[in-house]
Amino acid sequence: MSLSTLLKRKKTPRVPMTKLQKKEARWGLVFLSPFLIGFVLFYFLPMVASFGFSLYNFNPAVPDQARFIGFANWHRALFVDKEVGLSFMRTLVFAAISLPIGLGFSFFLAILLNSRNVLGNNLFRTLFYMPTMIPLVAVVLIWAGVLNEQTGWINILIERVTGITAIGPQGLRWLADPKLVYLAYAMFGLWGVGNAMIIFLAGLQGVPTELYEAAEIDGASWLQRLWKITVPLITPVIFYQLVLGVIGSLQYFLAPFVLNQGTGFPEGMTRFYMIYFYKQSFTFFNMGYGATLAWIMFIFSLVLTIALFGTARYWVYYAAEEK
Amino acid sequence: MNTEQKPRKPLVSKKLRTFFSIVFITGLALAVLFLFMLPMVYGIVTALKTDSQFSKTGAPWWPATEGQYVYEGRSYEIYLVPMEDGEMREMALVVKGRERSSFVDPENPEAGLIEWEGAWRQLERTWSLDPQWDNFPKAWNTIKFPRLLANTLMYAGITTFGAVLSASLVAFGFARFRIPGKNILFMLMLSTVILPGAVTLIPTYFVFLQLGWVGTWLPLIVPAFFSWGTNVFLLRQFFLSIPRELDEAAMLDGAGPFRIFFSIIIPQSVPALTAVGLFHFFWAWNDFFGPLIYLAGNPEKFPITVGLTAFNTLYSQSTNLIQAASLLSAVIPVIVFFLAQRVFMQGVVITGVEK
Repeated sequence: MSLSTLLKRKKTPRVPMTKLQKKEARWGLVFLSPFLIGFVLFYFLPMVASFGFSLYNFNPAVPDQARFIGFANWHRALFVDKEVGLSFMRTLVFAAISLPIGLGFSFFLAILLNSRNVLGNNLFRTLFYMPTMIPLVAVVLIWAGVLNEQTGWINILIERVTGITAIGPQGLRWLADPKLVYLAYAMFGLWGVGNAMIIFLAGLQGVPTELYEAAEIDGASWLQRLWKITVPLITPVIFYQLVLGVIGSLQYFLAPFVLNQGTGFPEGMTRFYMIYFYKQSFTFFNMGYGATLAWIMFIFSLVLTIALFGTARYWVYYAAEEK
Repeated sequence: MNTEQKPRKPLVSKKLRTFFSIVFITGLALAVLFLFMLPMVYGIVTALKTDSQFSKTGAPWWPATEGQYVYEGRSYEIYLVPMEDGEMREMALVVKGRERSSFVDPENPEAGLIEWEGAWRQLERTWSLDPQWDNFPKAWNTIKFPRLLANTLMYAGITTFGAVLSASLVAFGFARFRIPGKNILFMLMLSTVILPGAVTLIPTYFVFLQLGWVGTWLPLIVPAFFSWGTNVFLLRQFFLSIPRELDEAAMLDGAGPFRIFFSIIIPQSVPALTAVGLFHFFWAWNDFFGPLIYLAGNPEKFPITVGLTAFNTLYSQSTNLIQAASLLSAVIPVIVFFLAQRVFMQGVVITGVEK
């Protein structure tokens, strides 16, 4: 069931419920109760409270000194504190680099493994999926090692193969050069493409083979078939991955925290929005300001999601709507 | 992706073309896999190196130590020595001199000292394969792995149980009962999936702080018992595919909703429940932000992820131990994945494609 069918369902005229229906609804609510209670306790109330917190100057160590300050936190975050905008821009730039790399690579893998002409594609699929299972902290540490400017294999390999000086302080300082660091962080993400890869694979397998056969008879090349049949038909999958990816990248936190405790090294480049939120809230314990930052993030992600859904009708293909 | 393109002149037979295409595409997949797995190989190889191998120039990429030879009760370093006849010989340096040195040939120590003219500092050391398997127990003990593992297993185990139980109850509610406003509730539930966690974090943290729960596992365990959107979604899809006739037959026999749930729905749904359980297990194994915030300052309660981060900060120079510890943290999820990959991947597809 897709979201659109849920939205489009026609309203039935309201009829008073019979006793049996009431009983059924009551039982249903009993089963839904973990969700209903959880929603109120862990989503609804905290969200409202979070907004309330944003109007206070509040430190949990000294809760008695909490002071109502109106929209001062909001004013500070939106107009005074430059770091808010900067960290948000860094997050967006990083997302713009890492998302296409991640999505492109998983799509490439899916096409490769969907080929009739690849031997042992189940084995390949398992092996490409496997690193997705490795805890992210370990992924970051392993990649940080292999990207080490001095002893990492990537630089050694580049230097041996191309002859360009890659090793050492004059070489490719993946994690220390502000120009390279986003690319390096995006590479960590390559080990997490497993889910996207198998979702793409399932999408590819759902494309009717008649379409390819017809196109082949018409003399379409492999690239044309890819671009005119495969890609349009799996745009819903791309869309889904894109929405999850955008929301995920807004909350990007782990790698910069694990590698340099959120100091933003190099040159503040890795002080992403979530890192800044964490610093304000849980290092300085400025929880009123932290709540403001969280709400701003929520509003941004809502706007981004709505914008993405808004673009969807121009490029996302839904088979059901063509009927 | 196949290369049987438009019917052009049959330069080569179709069979041969398919053969080449198989070789090419499988080869491409292998090449990509090689690059993809390179960091993993790096991690394993590095974990087996000695501490000192990193700083030495001329050290090979594989785990090795410099050759040593014991001669007359003392240990000497082995060098590659060019002899007058052009042959390179591996010999142990016994007497070091500026212009001439004395070596002994480990293969023929009876021959005694061999004089060699030249600067020994120019010579290269020999390296022999010497994996330090000890690094794994060393990392295991330094990071106090058993404790981290116990914490992580406890966390993943309890919350997986809670997540599966609560999600299946809620999914049953959504799949089988006519409830006014159900669609709105369902949308609400899906929207929680994309809600950034930060927006609810601070008040939740504050409440847990007031309850005295910060510094314990409770803030991480309790919410797992209140059902999460993706899990509910997956299970609901599955429950909808179970024929209603089974419920109705049971109902005619006088079974109540809980009876139907436990004796009809649950036994029919083992694959979906397994998938949800696995998702949650891996998620919990990987969870970082929650434990970081709620367990800050309580290292004896850390799960693997936070423990590994602390270890990396403290022992940033011990690249080998860091790699060993990282690999150790991945062993259990990877093994579980290999055992259960089919069920797991099907679950990913259901949540991912049907939306």
